[in-house]
Amino acid sequence: MKAVIDVRDLVKTYGEGEATVHALAGVSLTINRGDYVAIMGSSGSGKSTLMHILGCLDIPTSGSYLLDGVDVSRLNDRQLALVRNRRIGFVFQAFNLIPRTSAVANVELPLAYAGVKASVRRKRALAALDMVGLGNRADHDPNQLSGGQQQRVAVARALVSEPALLLADEPTGNLDSKSTADVLAVLDQINREGRTIVLITHEDEVAHHARRVIRLKDGEIMSDVRQRAIQDERDEVPSWA
Amino acid sequence: MGLMEIFKFALRGISANKLRSSLTMLGILIGVGAVILLVAVGNGSKVEVEKSLQGLGTNTLTVSSGRAIRSSTYSTDLTLSIVEALKDKNAAPDILSVSPVVQSSQTLTYGSTDHTTTVIGTSTDYIQASSGKIATGEAFNADDAAKAERVLVIGQTTATELFGNEDPLGKQVSVGGQIFTVIGTLQKKGSTGFNDPDDTAIAPLSAVQRALTGYGPVNSITIEAVSADAVSAAQAEATAILNTKMHVTSTSNTPYQIRSASQLLETRTATAETFTTLLGAVAAISLLVGGIGITNIMMVTVTERTREIGIRKALGAPRRVILTQFLLEATMLSLVGGLLGVAGAFIGANFQITGITPVIVPSSVVLALGVSVAIGLFFGSYPASRAAGLRPIDALRYE
Repeated sequence: MKAVIDVRDLVKTYGEGEATVHALAGVSLTINRGDYVAIMGSSGSGKSTLMHILGCLDIPTSGSYLLDGVDVSRLNDRQLALVRNRRIGFVFQAFNLIPRTSAVANVELPLAYAGVKASVRRKRALAALDMVGLGNRADHDPNQLSGGQQQRVAVARALVSEPALLLADEPTGNLDSKSTADVLAVLDQINREGRTIVLITHEDEVAHHARRVIRLKDGEIMSDVRQRAIQDERDEVPSWA
Repeated sequence: MGLMEIFKFALRGISANKLRSSLTMLGILIGVGAVILLVAVGNGSKVEVEKSLQGLGTNTLTVSSGRAIRSSTYSTDLTLSIVEALKDKNAAPDILSVSPVVQSSQTLTYGSTDHTTTVIGTSTDYIQASSGKIATGEAFNADDAAKAERVLVIGQTTATELFGNEDPLGKQVSVGGQIFTVIGTLQKKGSTGFNDPDDTAIAPLSAVQRALTGYGPVNSITIEAVSADAVSAAQAEATAILNTKMHVTSTSNTPYQIRSASQLLETRTATAETFTTLLGAVAAISLLVGGIGITNIMMVTVTERTREIGIRKALGAPRRVILTQFLLEATMLSLVGGLLGVAGAFIGANFQITGITPVIVPSSVVLALGVSVAIGLFFGSYPASRAAGLRPIDALRYE
């Protein structure tokens, strides 16, 4: 089985001298294709920092990170942009949709940066919105959508470029239970379709959806528990998909 | 990603926040428009002064009575005997003509219309010496002057005020209660901005003195030199005659003032230049203030969007694409705002501003537009470039 993520001795420190904070104190981790991993831990455990490094939004102080076998630390700015665009879909706790821009235009963005033609772009963006159940809200601006709907638009945006890896930083942190269920249903479905998911949460019921739960404390891995096996990409695809 | 795509992104970025975009453009519009219009007003006043100086006649000298420092040793009156002495061709070969001038503010009445103007009593040479030209009718002649005929030659402003569209020739006008007949009108000289040379009525000296002012000294004497080159020679000759006739002992405090039109010209040109310099300084300051305003709004606008830049980077936007988008947005905002400012200034220049018709200086348009657009571009793209250079997570965390 091929590793999507392979990190070794990842260290991230902030500040200098006595004020140095070790956000990550040597994390080694391998995540295989098709896995669904929940990272848990109290605030300050370093889980967000780990997530940002995995999403190529931040760089580690030391340690190596191989994404699909490619050493990310050797990439330049332009190549990193390409990795963020093609390989990774990122869902933020704060949604991070571009304000005053319609849902479908938000979802189209990664495709536009990938150089996809406008007509193809629109079709794929609408398909992605349909998948998260918001096909009828395509022309709404973010401020006309509920929190749960905004987060589902953000998930559609993360998925539209069909990345191998979906990273979600507390995707349900700002949502009520109904919206949480909606978003988790979408994540379950795309994992069943073979997409690798890593998400951060501190809710046990969210972690319950994952196949594997990793707990961090003070920048180190405390426990790594497999709840369910990684399914074969082919089997158990729902008949309606 | 093609330039056309990025251009569409920039358009969407501008239209996404219409209020912010229009305020930015308004700031640039006012900055550019104010500078162009201010310089145009300064230039307009300069142009008007130049025009009025051409109407003055550059061959003339004006002698007026009065000492620079008050002293009662000798009479300061300019009498007709002085006028006769100045006409002496042997003593003053460079003097072409000498016209005594009596000025008196009088109310002219025609029918039910009143108009107050300066009535000038003088000799036949005055109209030519003051570079006036007869438009209709004729000037009074030596015969009229000798007989003290009550005839008037009026300027265009006076004619319009009194007669409207009627032909003034041959009409009888009451001047301070005395009846005068209009026999001619003067061609328009144009406003000097300070006083109107077309608002005047000229009559023979003898008639004005008999009917209006009484016999006494004249207010001033207008001397015309034979040519523009002879003005200083004529001035020397006039000075010598005046010193003799008025028993002047000290040349530092003469009982008369003698000024040539070219001296007047120098004074006025110097005034106009001071004015232009002043307005240039005001324009420079408004350009600076406008520039700071543009800097501010651009910095704020783009810095406010640091988070958005972070989101775009996280979605895989290359730095170049982000930069191009913000540069295009800044270009559109500054160009549209700047061009609207130029248009506004051109419209504003059609109106009189405090009595001055603005005349637009082309270089000020280029300067104001260039500086504003350059500032807009720099401060629109610099913060964007800074933000695009950040790690996505730092841009996203920006508050």
